[in-house]
Amino acid sequence: MSARLFTSRRLTSSTRPGTPGRRHLPTVALSVVALVALAGCSSAESAPSGTGSAANGSAADSVSVDDPWVKAADSGMSAAFGEITNSGSEDVTVVSVTTPASTALELHETVENESGSMVMREKDGGFTVPAGGDLVLAPGGNHIMLMDLVEPVVAGDEVTFTLTFSDESTLDFTAPAKDYAGANESYEGDDMEGMEGMEGMDHGDADHGDMDHDDSGAATTTPGATDAPDAGDE
Amino acid sequence: MSRDQAHEPGRGGPTRRQLLFGGAVAGIGAVAAIGTDTLVRRDGRGSETSEPDMALNGGLSVPFYGTHQAGIETPPQAHVTLVALDLRPEVDRDGLRRLLRILTDDAARLTQGAPALADSEPELAQVPARLTVTFGFGPELVRRGMPDGSSAGALPTWLRPLPAFGVDRLEDAWNDGDLLLQIGADDAFTVAHAQRMLLKDARSLTTVRWTQSGFRRAHGSEKSGTTMRNLFGQVDGTVNPAPTTPDFDDLVWIGDGWLAGGTSMVVRRISMDLDAWDRLDRSGREQSTGRFLSTGAPLTGTREHDEPDFEATTAIGFPVIPEFSHVRRARSDDTSERIFRRGYNYDDAPTGDQVSSSGLLFVSFQADVDTQFVPLQRRLDELDLLNEWTTPIGSAVFAIPPGCSEGGFVGETLLGDGS
Repeated sequence: MSARLFTSRRLTSSTRPGTPGRRHLPTVALSVVALVALAGCSSAESAPSGTGSAANGSAADSVSVDDPWVKAADSGMSAAFGEITNSGSEDVTVVSVTTPASTALELHETVENESGSMVMREKDGGFTVPAGGDLVLAPGGNHIMLMDLVEPVVAGDEVTFTLTFSDESTLDFTAPAKDYAGANESYEGDDMEGMEGMEGMDHGDADHGDMDHDDSGAATTTPGATDAPDAGDE
Repeated sequence: MSRDQAHEPGRGGPTRRQLLFGGAVAGIGAVAAIGTDTLVRRDGRGSETSEPDMALNGGLSVPFYGTHQAGIETPPQAHVTLVALDLRPEVDRDGLRRLLRILTDDAARLTQGAPALADSEPELAQVPARLTVTFGFGPELVRRGMPDGSSAGALPTWLRPLPAFGVDRLEDAWNDGDLLLQIGADDAFTVAHAQRMLLKDARSLTTVRWTQSGFRRAHGSEKSGTTMRNLFGQVDGTVNPAPTTPDFDDLVWIGDGWLAGGTSMVVRRISMDLDAWDRLDRSGREQSTGRFLSTGAPLTGTREHDEPDFEATTAIGFPVIPEFSHVRRARSDDTSERIFRRGYNYDDAPTGDQVSSSGLLFVSFQADVDTQFVPLQRRLDELDLLNEWTTPIGSAVFAIPPGCSEGGFVGETLLGDGS
């Protein structure tokens, strides 16, 4: 169980930057081979990240990303989730993240605002993962926001991300795309399933209407909905 | 009608407590245990119900990875749902690879009692109850999955609709399909959650063509290994090669090509006219199959697995096992014309004037449909008294690819880059 297909550990990346998505599957498949080869290793034995990682003792060396996934979306925004585990004795901080799949990314947190609503906002100073602890990125909570997809991310795509830590070490991981109805930034007024995922997820600073990717094509942004989200999403 | 007929006394039938616990507790763990306990106490028979260390079956799991896919040699679970998916038009070889990777990952996790990735109801994944997920490929999937420029050699000649049989009354709603999921577990709740997760991951690439659910006795109701009965009351599946024996391996597993370690699967939805069957007396029922209803023994024997004696005659010279009986017609002199059956019962809601809409979800595995299943079915089609009460209304054939190891995916021998 420890080495599932999509349990990403540190990759020795043979993936060229800028090659996510279905048009480049041969390359992606290579990265899967690397993933498989490494997945059986404990994190202590893992190879360092292939792109500019610092020497042993860096933040990246003590961190693994487990069960990562990214929400499939046709265009606009998406989000990535997973569990970041810090096996080291020092807190580490993720200060930025990049992916070929999106021109811009943000680290987001979900917090209660002055009026008691849960809202999402960019996390000042990045994600801190405590020593010996973990940080769960999940719909309705902390997540990596893909602000502007380069091309559609479809179910089963494998998207490579690079985390950069405060000591400038980096860690690559590959996340499969999942067709997921929740984690919406906006919702259809008559779609209760969609509502569950968006409850409390209010981006006050952008128009997220283009994130909807419902196959029906009937997605509509309900005006005002994001201004009055239901609290209480567990 | 009740599917749980009273057990004959003196046959070691389960106690009330075993029935309750075997049926209800396997799935939902401690909560169900409390509920059952309370239930029994309330009706005044609670003295023997307090058993905190009672073994639960929900935690049992079947390994996912291996040479062969699970769900074939696996002793049949109590519940199954078969889902046939059609590929959306745009899905190509790359799309198939994405689809099978993600479904494999889901199945690998769920069968071990872990939530699927992005499982929105992770608590429902915690009771695997011997969950298995078996993938099968229809001809269209294999065609789209073949590497560019390859000949059609990847498509087995038998991977096509079965030849038309005279007894068939096929309804398109139950036929064919591009990708089959066989989801089996001892707990229907587990099946439902696994089905939901798998279909969520497949929906952008596929549409549901049909689903068929079936059941056997609940886990723990009977000694494991007991041959299934169908809703006619017949012991159904006595002559079956035993998994992991050389005989089974020869009959079931394919030896070479991308299907090495795989097999073929025939799914037939066979409607059983229970209402007409009701008009047949017990002797007539036994004549139609050539077996005793009580034990499943051939009419020339006393125990279920006794070899039928087709030469034996009655005092007035008729064969004891009639020429038209199912047992006689199913038997070939050619021992290679055998299959491995792993079917289920179905019992749908009746409509209109019906009081039942029931039948058999016939499932067989064999290395070659054309040389093993088809000749057998031809003989039954030509003559089998059971045809009076049974009607095939759905039919599908799938190639079952081999299993995979950790990090791989089911279908990689067709869809992988090296092929």
